[in-house]
Amino acid sequence: MNYFDLLILVVPETLIVVTAFVALIVDLAEMRSRPIKTRMFTAAMITSVGCMVSLYWLSQTGQPSRYFDGMLVIDPLTQLLKQIVLVMTIFTALISIESKFTDHVGEYFFLILLATVGMMFLVSSENLLMIFVALELLSLSLYILTAFNKQNIKSAEAALKYFLFGGMSAAFMLFGLSLVYGLSGEINLIQIAGNLHKPPMDPLLIVALVMVMIGFGFKIAAVPFHLWAPDAYQGAPTPSAAFIASGSKVASFFILAKVMMVGFLGQEGSGAWRSFSQGWLPLIAIIAAASILLGNLAAIAQTSVRRLLAYSAIAQAGYILIGLLANNQQGIESLVFYTTTYALTVLGAFGVVNIVQERSGEEKFSAFAGLAKRAPLLSFCMMIFMLSLAGIPPLAGFFGKFYLFASAVGAGKSLGLLWLVIFAIAMSAVSLYYYLQVLKQIYVSAAPADAPAVQSTILTRTIIALLAFSVLLLGCVPNLLLDRIIIPAVKAVVSHP
Amino acid sequence: MLAWTIYISFIGVAVLILLPAENKKAARAVALFSALAGLAVAFAGVFQYKLGSGIADITNTPWIPSLSIHYHLAADGISLTLVLLTGIAAVVGILFSWNIETRVKEFFAFYLALIGGVYGVFLSFDLFLLFVFYELAIIPKYFLIAIWGSTNREYGAMKLALYSFVGSAMVLVGLIAAYVLAGAHTFDLVELAKFSFPKAMQFWMFPFVFVGFAILAGLWPFHTWAPTGHVAAPTAASMLLAGVVMKLGAYGSLRVAMTLFPDGLAAWRGVIAALAVVGIVYGAMVALVQKDFKFVIGYSSVSHMGFVLLGLMTLTSIGLNGAVLQMFSHGIIAGLLFAVVGRMVYDRTHTRELSELQGMNLSKAIPFAAFTFVIGGLASMGLPGFSGFVAELQVLIGAWRAFPALAILAGIGIVVGVAYIIRTIQKSFFSGMQLSVAPTSHPLETISVPERIGAAILMATTLLIGLYPTLLMKLIQSGFDSPLMARLLKGGTP
Repeated sequence: MNYFDLLILVVPETLIVVTAFVALIVDLAEMRSRPIKTRMFTAAMITSVGCMVSLYWLSQTGQPSRYFDGMLVIDPLTQLLKQIVLVMTIFTALISIESKFTDHVGEYFFLILLATVGMMFLVSSENLLMIFVALELLSLSLYILTAFNKQNIKSAEAALKYFLFGGMSAAFMLFGLSLVYGLSGEINLIQIAGNLHKPPMDPLLIVALVMVMIGFGFKIAAVPFHLWAPDAYQGAPTPSAAFIASGSKVASFFILAKVMMVGFLGQEGSGAWRSFSQGWLPLIAIIAAASILLGNLAAIAQTSVRRLLAYSAIAQAGYILIGLLANNQQGIESLVFYTTTYALTVLGAFGVVNIVQERSGEEKFSAFAGLAKRAPLLSFCMMIFMLSLAGIPPLAGFFGKFYLFASAVGAGKSLGLLWLVIFAIAMSAVSLYYYLQVLKQIYVSAAPADAPAVQSTILTRTIIALLAFSVLLLGCVPNLLLDRIIIPAVKAVVSHP
Repeated sequence: MLAWTIYISFIGVAVLILLPAENKKAARAVALFSALAGLAVAFAGVFQYKLGSGIADITNTPWIPSLSIHYHLAADGISLTLVLLTGIAAVVGILFSWNIETRVKEFFAFYLALIGGVYGVFLSFDLFLLFVFYELAIIPKYFLIAIWGSTNREYGAMKLALYSFVGSAMVLVGLIAAYVLAGAHTFDLVELAKFSFPKAMQFWMFPFVFVGFAILAGLWPFHTWAPTGHVAAPTAASMLLAGVVMKLGAYGSLRVAMTLFPDGLAAWRGVIAALAVVGIVYGAMVALVQKDFKFVIGYSSVSHMGFVLLGLMTLTSIGLNGAVLQMFSHGIIAGLLFAVVGRMVYDRTHTRELSELQGMNLSKAIPFAAFTFVIGGLASMGLPGFSGFVAELQVLIGAWRAFPALAILAGIGIVVGVAYIIRTIQKSFFSGMQLSVAPTSHPLETISVPERIGAAILMATTLLIGLYPTLLMKLIQSGFDSPLMARLLKGGTP
């Protein structure tokens, strides 16, 4: 294979890299003297167009194939995941337009696109080395994006915390991966699974598994590796936080599922009630239960909407892990469906928070008081996002959760995972309380007399309304995404492994 | 055709959202029109329904094929009865909220969303769909109470929302387990009920689903949301809460928990019947000592809903019929009582303290309210000639056959019921006569036309069913003829 063939294979990624440079150069060369709003708008448009071209290219799927020992895997599922990631990037770029936290506009979008490239390589790899490199590309871009608001000391604090935790967990992960390599002699996930000894597990493999899980646990903000999340969600510029919470989550969950289900095939063990046995299932079951518990309980005490979203994200990570625990085709389908709809929901919620914060300077609950009067459309959208996160039908969050839980209960024999599902459903009843606290501010509390008006451009309102509409639509007609797109992609991969 | 009850309500919501906020008249008109249209469709549905035709499909199309979830709406005698109740309660509730002046369009939007959800629950025969509608009804309740309520409204609203949500979480666990156990190829109620779940599973699945639903029906000791919620709610919302939302719970218990898990039902029957009787007696006793007018009615709802649950547990034809009739009857009577307390009295006097009302000589100031409350009170205490009598009598006869001791205890509940109603009538309206207090210095606003119409509808309904119960009894009885529901009777003692 020569370099030209390789270039053809990675055209989508290349397009994004090119777009990144275009955004950077246009901003540096042409826009420096213009107002920030124009610069933001231009850069966001360049980003969106680049992503859309890449999206279009991806929709013309090539032959499913693997290259270079699994470093680049092209199949319908990875193509789909790349498309989802690109959609999240487009929305992130569009909700950024309202912000004016930086005058390094070009660099900002450059980093967003670089992170996107990282995610695209991440989801299309089955090779430990490539996974690690892509993950680092993603993480490093995100650290800088978190620190991007230089006027805000919180932004710096959040980024430092995020970076230190991230560096630490990356070290753990690398160590874990090297142990896996040592035990199996391979870095390709499929061959690793073939070379690992069948259970009982090698003690070294258990160490490796735990260390790998630390690395991924950090990326998905699962307990006990979640400590960075509340600060990062609160301190980072809003679009950065939205990006961390959406696209990056989708990609990380997907690759975690792939590493576990493909790389550790045969090392599942069991997480069923009263018949635990060693493997990655019980490990993830415990992490999921802890995340659901801590995320939901800690969210109750929050008074900042962004911290609340952070703790809710920790809880949601627990729910998503339940889909992984199902460890079957349905589980993957539900995981992809839920992360996608969740990412759309969170993007919308951060979009609303962004506007409120830009106008009133803060994002405490009190800043949202009486928002229903001041911005009826945004309030209505926020209601949809919050209720979807709480899992109220007919919104996407409800069906997503239902599908996750149903696939986990249906996995294995004799409803082994029911204990975890009961726990998750019980805790999601708790979650309604804090989501309603936000809505109570918006709809029930009266706005203070000096509350600033909440204006926003038509474009932003349209984007947020579009997100809300898609959350509603995917809840009412989930088969638009599920039966038409996700299930065929997953089936194609499962039937031709 | 009956499906239009749901669609009309949600179309009403959409129209209201699009209306300009200043146009209060239009908002009221849209709401009233939607509710009337819903009621008309409900009536048409009842007349079209052929007695004895079992569960008549309305529509059944695949919704989420990969999980074999269907959009399956259907109706039988039981659902039709409750759809009719919902229609009446919706119209009357709007008449009694005619005086709402703040955020009118939002009020009616939430109101109609709630109504639409309730219609949906009564007409769904796919359990997933039923659950969707059931949860859909939670959120509007929260906002109706939290925004337009009175005493302690945010607390009452949150309590109600969380209780409902915990209940529905329990239901969801049971439904997912049932779906998976039955092979994960259908959510259709009739199909699922054919599957016989392992006994050991039924033993815990039944209480999960039954209690999950029955929380909303005010099952003791999970009833505590009811009095606080009712008291905090604005008039129309408390009428709906007591009138139809509590019936959602009872309906779910009957339609889902009892039909799916017959062995579980057999195992837990006695316990639940006992809890129901505790609810009857406890609710009545607590109502007897309340100082707040609305709390009296709130606790009386707990007591009367106990009869519904007791009737369900008898598993005799007469007891089950009585239970469903009691759902209808209590929906009407509780609506009437809450209308008097919340709209006619509280909105005018701005107090619900019985001790303060005593000095106001209300029977002179607002005689129509006094008249309505006396009628409602008589109906509530189970006087022959009103619907409550027919219903509770049947429940008691059924209970006498199944659990004689509990039937006697429930009888005590009725006696206490008479006491608290008489005490309340006397304190709230007629004590001024004995004390010969002059009517309050500033005259109260007279009872408005919408209020009179609303009260007249409710009084006429309870009287009509009381005097000629066959009207509804035939319909209800036919509901228990379908194979799905007829299985229940086999579980009871002859």
